[in-house]
Amino acid sequence: MKVIVCIKQVPDTKGGVQFNPDGTLNRAAMLTIMNPDDKAGLEAALRLKDQYGAEVTVVTMGLPKAADVLQEAIAMGADKGVLITDRVLGGADTWATSTTIAGALRKLDYDLIITGRQAIDGDTAQVGPQIAEHLGLPVISYAQEIKVDGDSVIVKRQYDDGYHMLKAKMPCLITALSELNEPRYMTPGGIFDAVNAEITTFGRADLVDVDDSNIGLKGSPTKIAKASDKVRKGAGEKVVPDSPDEAVSYIVGKLKDKHII
Amino acid sequence: MNKMGAMNAEDMKNYKGVFVFAQQVDNKLSGISFELIGEGKRLAEKLDTDVTAVLIGSDVKNLVDELAAYGADKVIVVDDPELKDYRTEPYAHALSSVINEYKPEIMLVGATAIGRDLGPTVSARVATGLTADCTLLEIGDFPLVALPNQEQKHNQLLMTRPAFGGNTIATIACPDNRPQMATVRPGVMQKLEKVEGAKAEVIEYNPGFTPNNKYVEILEIAKAVSDIKDIMDAKILVSGGRGVGSAENFKILEDLAEVLGGQVSCSRAVVDSGWKPKELQVGQTGKTVRPQLYFAIGISGAIQHVAGMEESDIIVAINKDEDAPIFDVADYGIVGDLNKIVPALTEAIKAEMANK
Repeated sequence: MKVIVCIKQVPDTKGGVQFNPDGTLNRAAMLTIMNPDDKAGLEAALRLKDQYGAEVTVVTMGLPKAADVLQEAIAMGADKGVLITDRVLGGADTWATSTTIAGALRKLDYDLIITGRQAIDGDTAQVGPQIAEHLGLPVISYAQEIKVDGDSVIVKRQYDDGYHMLKAKMPCLITALSELNEPRYMTPGGIFDAVNAEITTFGRADLVDVDDSNIGLKGSPTKIAKASDKVRKGAGEKVVPDSPDEAVSYIVGKLKDKHII
Repeated sequence: MNKMGAMNAEDMKNYKGVFVFAQQVDNKLSGISFELIGEGKRLAEKLDTDVTAVLIGSDVKNLVDELAAYGADKVIVVDDPELKDYRTEPYAHALSSVINEYKPEIMLVGATAIGRDLGPTVSARVATGLTADCTLLEIGDFPLVALPNQEQKHNQLLMTRPAFGGNTIATIACPDNRPQMATVRPGVMQKLEKVEGAKAEVIEYNPGFTPNNKYVEILEIAKAVSDIKDIMDAKILVSGGRGVGSAENFKILEDLAEVLGGQVSCSRAVVDSGWKPKELQVGQTGKTVRPQLYFAIGISGAIQHVAGMEESDIIVAINKDEDAPIFDVADYGIVGDLNKIVPALTEAIKAEMANK
């Protein structure tokens, strides 16, 4: 059984958000991590490796330094890494990203593709389902549990008001939620393997069945009109009352002013 | 291979009207459906066109009048037994067939656990762009300012969304392809006043459904049984964070909520600690709320939380940490011990109410 996991290197926005003195986001100072939903997807694949001896290939698209995230995945137990990188692929929106990754996956063998539900930098949740659509595969999003049953997978699919248990024939694509599992740590042996691991680099020419009009900034139907660091509403009053009673009369006063009580 | 490339101007002119996906589950329309009609109507007025709700399901024709009552001018109904419960494939086939047949200029879908699966699949199938989780939609020019050597297009859908965990916002356009598609975050757009007896033009359409490899099998459907009222509908929310200290201690917040006729909600830390269920969570990975009054009690104010509540009319924060970031968004910030202040506040409000 062959499993491909699509992973992304992202800035760590959780907790460690850094700002410049002018209030803008200091991206250079932020650490990069393996996107949490993707890491859960990788862990799910590694469990299939533990159970069934599945071969696990990790694929990422990005700048050459994104190879780091492939090495981390190999140190956790993945077998092989593929880095999709090429200047002409830069500036891609979710359409162009998904056509590019689909083009790379056409060159690889798989029974199952796992992606994270969404990346914490963009939060779109679009690339996984769009890859499935380009490859003509069934997609199951928001996976909370993944089991293999013969030539099919059985997935617990989260909804706003509960869940569905779904069964899909492989090959198929699943998008993983970070609550799927607790990802394992890298092992010393794994880190050793990662240093010597085989990482294949794909460029534009390696993509199968991908038209130039569908890649990079030019192949992106969505265009950024403007981007800005968020303008917050700004602080109102802050008081440090001497006693709880003083705090209470302050709040009650404000609620009366606003005709709430 | 789905190929796109920019559409030519003549093709683009054939795309007209604002369409919204009318999400229903178990033959009950979701709140987002009405919010999308309300927002769609606002956009349609600027474009001098109308709003069409696309209703997809099995035996759902009885829902048409409700969509009309909330402002839909037309309803396209795709009704087929294959569409009984949501599955990506038959729903994606239904919606993309409607788009290809009726050619809307704008297609809005709710950013729900259904819409965030359906939207990307459909946008890839009809070969157009999709902007996720929008919180603001406007009609305007792209580029915003006219540039030499680039045509400025008018009457474009400008879609604004948070990114980087709510740290940045971006405004996105889809100038060269149609429809312009967006998923829209629930709880942000305003629904219209319900007009009983309003009627919409109804169009029945069935593109035919032939199961293939993409049709997954539903083995089991489990509903979370809950009588909790949706926090997105609350006028007053008393929200607690890690600083509340324990599940038991939420009692003091519940008491405050009760005297105010409000509801309790919470931060992600509280859900992660197992003190409250996920449906009460406010924030980036929870719900977006905009009540008249939001108490943030023992909530530090991580950016992910703030993203879900900063549109509240009045924010009152109580926290013992003077430097907590929640004070940066609060209208009224009180530095102090919530365990002393909250019960006393409840008693004081009770007394005020009794004096009225």
